[in-house]
Amino acid sequence: MNISTSPWVWIAALLTLMIYSFLYKENPFYRLAEHIFMGLSIGYAVVIIWYNYVLVRVYKPLFFPPHQWSLIFPILLGTMIFGIFSKKYTWLIKYPFAFYIAGYAGISIPVTLQAFVLKQVEASFLTPEKFSSIPGSINSILIFVGLITTLIFFYFSTKREHGFGTAAKVGIVFIMVAFGASFGYTVMARISLLIGRMQFLIQDWLGIM
Amino acid sequence: MGFWQRLLKLDRRWIFLGIGLVVIFPLIYPLKLPVKPTKPSMDLFNYIDTLGPESDAVFLVNGSAPSTLPELMPMLQAILRHCLTKGVPVIFFGGLYPQYIGVAKMAIDEIIKEFPDKKSGKDYVFLGYIPGVSAVILSIGIDIETTFGADYYGIPIDSLPMMREIKNYSDISIVIDISGTSSPEYWLMYGQERYGVNFGVGCTAVSAPAYYAFLQSGQMVGLLGGLKGAAEYEELMARNGYPTGKRPATVGMDSQSFGHLLIVLLVILGNIGYFVTRRAEKTRGIEQRRKR
Repeated sequence: MNISTSPWVWIAALLTLMIYSFLYKENPFYRLAEHIFMGLSIGYAVVIIWYNYVLVRVYKPLFFPPHQWSLIFPILLGTMIFGIFSKKYTWLIKYPFAFYIAGYAGISIPVTLQAFVLKQVEASFLTPEKFSSIPGSINSILIFVGLITTLIFFYFSTKREHGFGTAAKVGIVFIMVAFGASFGYTVMARISLLIGRMQFLIQDWLGIM
Repeated sequence: MGFWQRLLKLDRRWIFLGIGLVVIFPLIYPLKLPVKPTKPSMDLFNYIDTLGPESDAVFLVNGSAPSTLPELMPMLQAILRHCLTKGVPVIFFGGLYPQYIGVAKMAIDEIIKEFPDKKSGKDYVFLGYIPGVSAVILSIGIDIETTFGADYYGIPIDSLPMMREIKNYSDISIVIDISGTSSPEYWLMYGQERYGVNFGVGCTAVSAPAYYAFLQSGQMVGLLGGLKGAAEYEELMARNGYPTGKRPATVGMDSQSFGHLLIVLLVILGNIGYFVTRRAEKTRGIEQRRKR
């Protein structure tokens, strides 16, 4: 056992224990650690944005030669967003948001459709090359059947009778399998976080590992 | 109260304690259970393994904040180590959100200690945070120098030897986003789809199921999912004779396996308990109705 002598390691270890004390019950130590975390993360983000962006990308190019006067327009637009803090000037935020939404929609809609819909539909086609091996064939058929039956499950404009009802029931099975996989991965993620903290406490703080 | 009823009313703090114990013991007394690499991890590893000093750069994106550190840091370090060992030029981007940059600095500082001959600007470039998310991804496709201006240390990008031949995605062999958020979707839309750059992902386990669809469609080269994905990459590094460091993900996998076993056991017991008590309640209800 080789306990750390670094004050930072001790602070981190104690804060970790304070946060985990919530597992027993709500207490002032947990609250304190939570508030420290909130304050730190917001302060950290503000400082990073101020020094890495506002000073470098806005202040210096505008006020030091060669002056980039073209920056005035986006800066003005951005500043208008602060109108939200005043009842009198709330209307100002309409203009930057109009630019933002129009630009974002124009850029996003085609690529979203292409990346998330068309490519996925294309990948579900049963082309001959997908049947070159037995596992590949099984996978392709499963994906095809899963896609069709899941889509049928979410089609609510007709009665679920006969073949349509059966297909919807098959769709539920696929959806449940997806939920199960998601839950399994979520468990893994949560345990991983615990492992990370325990590795820190055991290895870096207590020096046992 | 019977066993099953008591089990269903068990104070959840006992479960927390149980999980804590099964996680801690394997960390102190490791069992070294085998880690078997899966195809998505092997695909990403093999892709990077085919690259060399003359290849186009790897653009590695850090999407890890302190909250996702245990899962994502081992991935970042393993991929950085792999690239630097092979001499592949690496552009390490600190992240799309301000919280990431500290983690990125930690990762690069730790790895670079293992490669004292590698120089910033010559063998790798570390880029800092700039706001914009999708705008940043799109802008890299036009010009990296205009997008970032300078590297993390404030050195102008046009003065970095490594960046002389690297202008945009056309000079990048693969973008790998190590992410704890939905940022891979942005890279997929604005990087892969818009500019056709190869794309790989390392993500937290929570996000992994959502990205398998993009593997199957060929939109992603490979995928590392959670701690398991990181451990698989470490295993592939070891099998191929590359340096692996302390293998933090592999060390954690014993605890992961025992944690999962306990959860599976609890789910099974909980379900049995539910059905047994429901049956008992039904039987009791019938008897009471008969008596009336």
